[in-house]
Amino acid sequence: MNVDVTALPGIGVRKDFEVRSGRRVGVVAHRDGDIDLIVSKPDDPDAIAAQVPLSTDEASVLANLLGAPQLVAKLNDDHRDLPGITTRQLAIVDESPYAGRTLGETGMRTRTKTSIVAVMRAGQLHPSPGPDFTFTEGDLLVVVGTPDGLEAAAKILVHG
Amino acid sequence: MTSQALALLELGVILFALGICGRVAGRFGMSPIPLYLLGGLAFGRGGFIDLQAATEFGHIASEIGVVLLLLLLGLEYTAPELMTGLRRSWGAGVLDLVANALPGAAVALIMGWGVLGAVVLGGVTYISSSGIVAKVLDDLGRLGNRETPVVLSILVFEDLAMAVYLPILTMMLAGLSLLSGLISLAVALATVTVVLVIALRFGRVVSAVVDSVDREVFLLQLLGAALLVAGAASALNVSAAVGAFLLGIAISGSTAHEAAKLLEPLRDLFAAIFFVAFGLSIDPTAIPPVFAWAVALAVVTTGTKIAVGWWAASRQGIRRMGRARAGAALVARGEFSIVIAGLAVAYGKADAQLAALASAYVLLMAILGPIAARVVEPVVEFLRRRSGVATS
Repeated sequence: MNVDVTALPGIGVRKDFEVRSGRRVGVVAHRDGDIDLIVSKPDDPDAIAAQVPLSTDEASVLANLLGAPQLVAKLNDDHRDLPGITTRQLAIVDESPYAGRTLGETGMRTRTKTSIVAVMRAGQLHPSPGPDFTFTEGDLLVVVGTPDGLEAAAKILVHG
Repeated sequence: MTSQALALLELGVILFALGICGRVAGRFGMSPIPLYLLGGLAFGRGGFIDLQAATEFGHIASEIGVVLLLLLLGLEYTAPELMTGLRRSWGAGVLDLVANALPGAAVALIMGWGVLGAVVLGGVTYISSSGIVAKVLDDLGRLGNRETPVVLSILVFEDLAMAVYLPILTMMLAGLSLLSGLISLAVALATVTVVLVIALRFGRVVSAVVDSVDREVFLLQLLGAALLVAGAASALNVSAAVGAFLLGIAISGSTAHEAAKLLEPLRDLFAAIFFVAFGLSIDPTAIPPVFAWAVALAVVTTGTKIAVGWWAASRQGIRRMGRARAGAALVARGEFSIVIAGLAVAYGKADAQLAALASAYVLLMAILGPIAARVVEPVVEFLRRRSGVATS
């Protein structure tokens, strides 16, 4: 995939690429840290149909939505020959008692026999987080274990 | 009433009126600059109301306004950006300079304002308002468009051209003899070069000197440095504005972002006072005789800017609609045209009619520019349907 990076002097940088349908999709990264999502018009590839300003949090949520499913699908694929093991993505929601607390505090492995193999945050993958990894609201955890264990893990993350 | 009380009252009236102007401008999505000018025209010599007590403050405040305008312009660019912009767009930049400065210079010569008048008015009609253009592109959601980098790099070229042009203009306005003029020109160009080299090599050092975690300290050091550099540049006849612009370029990275954030409200305040002060210095009765010329210049230089944008975009392989958008985006003139005309007024070298023509021209172009950028797509579409040519 070829991402075009174009400097916009005085404004920031445009990064975009052409998708299969012929439209361009990308972002304008402003110098002050704001990000605009841009999608080109179908009939005029030079022009932009939508320019949506995103805050840092919004951009990271979007990145997680786009990035996490592929990771889970890939891990599920890897575990296919291990019967009874599946992968799920669990979110740290607003009311989760573990937002702002560490992975170690969840006691996830001892309580549910599952393991957190990665955390998606702001579109960045943090593989194999250690017990001192601090969760924040909006993180997506990629958790591997038995279906029962995963069910328990989901409950813990929401209710403690 | 004491003169102090009067001055405060007048300033208060002016600033409050400016605020209302800004609100009206925002309602219509236009730049407030023309309204500030009109406000100045209304209150100045021969206008409706005569405000004299506040002019003393207005004088120094408008000087600071120019310094801040150019400082923030410099802060927007990094030195590498300027260099790549220059390399990429010099062809379009030179065409832009020739096509847009010539009409202004020609009119000045026809009116009998001499070579100096031609240099001033050529500058006024040449330089687009990067402030208005950037805002319009953002408002219309065109930052991601393919023609936008073309437009921005032409603006970069113009701003650099101004860094060379202003010292030359200052020197001419100061009425130096040819020899001393050449010397100060050499000094000016050497200074510009040295600063650019420093900015490219040691931008971090300059940033570190003014940077501070404490906002108050940072603000004072920034303003202090800007006024020091501007004053020094002024003393060398290099033009205070260029000194501030170069300082802005030399400050880079996160320091530049913080500085821009901190100084923006100050710039808005002092620049508004500068526009009003310029309007105040214009005799409104001088406008009607030159208004026809202003309209003619507005029409011609709208055409020339559109042609330049069209040509520059076509070289990047952009289709017709994008070319038209690029051309229309460049039409707006504003703050820098006023800076140039204001310089001529400050040196007392500008014919009253020249200043009046410049302000009428900027009034027209600051209003026309954003409108042109908005209506260009429907207009091109309409023309295409009438002539039945495919846009490709």
